Amino acid sequence: MNPTAGLLAVLLVAISTALLGIVGVRAARTTSDFYVASRTVSPWWNASAISGEYLSAASFLGVAGLILAYGADMLWFGVGYTAGYLLLLVLVAAPLRRSGAYTLPDFAELRLESQVLRKVASAGVVTIGWLYLLPQLHAAGITLRTITGTPAWVGPVAVAAVVLVSVLAGGMRAITFVQAFQYWLKVTAIAIPAIVLVLVWRADGSPEITSEGPATFTETTTVEVAAPVELEVAEPLLVHAEGTLDGDAVSGEVTLPAGGVQVGTGTELTFAEDAPVPHAQGLRAVDGPGWTYPMSSGTPYALYTTYSLIIALFLGTMGLPHVLVRFYTNPDGRAARRTTVTVLAMLGVFYLFPTIYGGLGRLYAPELLLTGRTEAVVLLLPSAMLGAGSTAGQVLTVLVTAGAFAAFLSTASGLTVSVAGVLSQDVLNRRISSPVTAFRVGTVLALLVPTLLALGGLDLAIADVVGLAFAVAASTFCPLLLLGIWWRRLTDAGAMAGLVVGGGAATAAVGATIMLGSSTGLPGALLAQPAAWTVPLAFITMVVVSLLTPGRRPRGLWRTMVRLHTPEDVPLDRGPWDPERRFRR
Amino acid sequence: MVEREVVTGPRRPQRRARRPATSDIDEQTRLGDVYLRGLMRTQLRLGLAVGLSTLGLLAALPVVFALAPGTATPTLAGIPVPWWLLGIGAYPLLAGAAWLYVRQSERVEREFTDLVDRR
Repeated sequence: MNPTAGLLAVLLVAISTALLGIVGVRAARTTSDFYVASRTVSPWWNASAISGEYLSAASFLGVAGLILAYGADMLWFGVGYTAGYLLLLVLVAAPLRRSGAYTLPDFAELRLESQVLRKVASAGVVTIGWLYLLPQLHAAGITLRTITGTPAWVGPVAVAAVVLVSVLAGGMRAITFVQAFQYWLKVTAIAIPAIVLVLVWRADGSPEITSEGPATFTETTTVEVAAPVELEVAEPLLVHAEGTLDGDAVSGEVTLPAGGVQVGTGTELTFAEDAPVPHAQGLRAVDGPGWTYPMSSGTPYALYTTYSLIIALFLGTMGLPHVLVRFYTNPDGRAARRTTVTVLAMLGVFYLFPTIYGGLGRLYAPELLLTGRTEAVVLLLPSAMLGAGSTAGQVLTVLVTAGAFAAFLSTASGLTVSVAGVLSQDVLNRRISSPVTAFRVGTVLALLVPTLLALGGLDLAIADVVGLAFAVAASTFCPLLLLGIWWRRLTDAGAMAGLVVGGGAATAAVGATIMLGSSTGLPGALLAQPAAWTVPLAFITMVVVSLLTPGRRPRGLWRTMVRLHTPEDVPLDRGPWDPERRFRR
Repeated sequence: MVEREVVTGPRRPQRRARRPATSDIDEQTRLGDVYLRGLMRTQLRLGLAVGLSTLGLLAALPVVFALAPGTATPTLAGIPVPWWLLGIGAYPLLAGAAWLYVRQSERVEREFTDLVDRR
């Protein structure tokens, strides 16, 4: 990999992002501009911005890597990330926009008229926001190190700095244009290389992925192991090795014994054509029919795990704070719906492509299964298929690198804006009188905490933390929104109990998995994929506690329901609640 | 001279002045309650019908593949059918369902507006 080309890509994205942010500052004049772009953004731009914000590192890099390692069962990620928006559209989008709220805590306060509940919701937004920011910054570090060889701390700091500049400059309006631009950049960056690589594959005689036996090297391949890794070898395998194996220095032909082999840093392994690819131990990659066909990998409780994942993805999307804050920038409920349809189409186009990288990676970059760095497949496949020295390979590599960097930046920006919005409205507003200043201080705080955590070496797999965020969102804000919008008997006590019980159970379950490592058996599956039981638990808690506290139904319930459900063009009394009142003291 | 006779009948209740249904909603009368509940119920049914049928169709796939593994193995152009369904087919399905929902939902709202906002 040519470090200059990679660095060039990153700089181009960073500079264009910052420039767009600074241009946007001219448009940002009022508080409303900072939070919701004064609600003047058209559905097309808003949809581009929502899609740009949503397609994170997990989508751009993670999905292809999961498909490379685990195959057909991972196709659910793209489908689930998109299907969440259908549920958001049919049950939440228009009423949420009509509520007039800026943030999730605003919605909780409007609907249930409780300041305590507002605080609990704020804590939830900040928690989910920081949880989701952490893997973005972490992945940025890994990508920059892969491409340019910079130290690990440069990535998080660079992403945080660019986000800080663009958000401070213009708030939401600037960010809207930045993210709309980044959606198109990401689609281009993933689609064009994918199309070229498919053509290369066809010119190569369209080799098929074997559905029997392990992935094999299609040609004599030398792999340099950058970080120590333990390999899982199925049958004794003759290789040429330079470096250390199981602690012994080796040079020349060696037979890797069946079982585990410890490979030291800097070791070069050369495999013959058609040799099976040994897998990194921790990866637990799937081979043969388990990769090719769904529900056949033989993993215990696969059906439970798949459905729990589906529930988390379908229901979690609507509870992600950076997704919801976007709906407030639509001019009205009707526009919010139309925006969401466009988002569904835009996400669908994007998610066609990661599968191509995962499948072709199986043929042309199987050594990633050996090093365990399957998340790098999108970045490395162009040079693997076209040759690292070729101009075409380098141009495409620059393109995918730019796309990956755009993915970190846009998701990180969106999360920062929503966390900063909540911090400035609920924590800083008593200490800082100017709302714009409060928003700016909130921005710094929103970025500072996850950046310090990322630099502090809190090293978690991106898929784990993203899964945690979705499970927590599905077990907290999803029931709050669905019941709040459609069920009149919800009370503040019920909502609070549901948020605490659902959020607490989901956080504890995934937290235990991350801290203790995944255990085997049913308890392991229940803890690693908790959504299938924590989401019903949260719903039941909210319903039961609400029915037990009928006296606590909010007094303005009628006006709120009129506000949520009637079209804006009907002249009706929708109650006096106004999210901007807190700025007019 | 023809005697004129004034015919009087029991006084009919005065017809209530026609007023827009919006005031029924504003004043939360029983009629207003019927209007709002009707709107909410129609929209909720529409949303659940579109959402549950589409997502249910997708969510049925894993259990089908698990219980009848033979359904997962046929190939089309060398690629197993599940990859076509989940890798490509799901996205137009989702976008199509969304488009259908928006059309219907806007129609429901137009009807509601016509109903209550007639003056």
